[in-house]
Amino acid sequence: MNTLNTMEIKFPSKSINEGFARSVVSSFILQLDPTINELTDIKTAVSEAVTNCIVHGYEDNAGIIYIKGEIREDNLIVFKIRDKGKGIPDIKKAMEPLFTTGGEERAGLGFAVMESFMDKVKVSSKEGKGTTVTLYKKIIRTNYEKP
Amino acid sequence: MLNTTYENKVLTVFLSGEIDQHTSKNLRMEIDSQTESLRPETLCLDFDNVKFMDSSGIGLIMGRFRQMSLLGGRMKIVNLPENIKRVVYLSGIQTLGVIK
Repeated sequence: MNTLNTMEIKFPSKSINEGFARSVVSSFILQLDPTINELTDIKTAVSEAVTNCIVHGYEDNAGIIYIKGEIREDNLIVFKIRDKGKGIPDIKKAMEPLFTTGGEERAGLGFAVMESFMDKVKVSSKEGKGTTVTLYKKIIRTNYEKP
Repeated sequence: MLNTTYENKVLTVFLSGEIDQHTSKNLRMEIDSQTESLRPETLCLDFDNVKFMDSSGIGLIMGRFRQMSLLGGRMKIVNLPENIKRVVYLSGIQTLGVIK
């Protein structure tokens, strides 16, 4: 499948950068003229993935978060959010709604939100190496013209 | 700084901007310090000016619900914007009967 446009950023795992990541991905997908709901869904899913990198991947220690975005044919948006943190020992367990290792102020809904707001979510992880979350969503309404 | 009112034992907190893991830490501390000192019968969270919220906001709401239960009070949520309703309803918080 052809890739029509791409972006990449990396930034330190500071919680203030959650808002920065949301702004960047919104700006990138605005060229597809998404609806407010589509935009909100993608921003929320990316916010969850970045928060996971900070809270779980790096456990509030310093690290780098990488985001790669792609616009593919048929208005498919793909975001890869990657950390080089501690990894997830049991992905199935981590993706269960309400399961969290983040303490009682965490709802344990990060993956549930990603899965509900995106068309597809892929998680690959290796303990001690890091985690990559890939989010897929097709934008339905669009005025995008092929470059 | 939080914008709040206290009237007839109801502490209303007017939330605004973006609620994520970064901003919810301060919100939690400020709300808890006010509920602990004022001991309101009801904590009312007003979401009218909230532009964005992810599941960290759900954690914030559930935590304040527990806090108010411990203090023998109630909590309610008002003026939920449309674009935040989806994440709130996904959490099942509506089953607590706190959304007005």
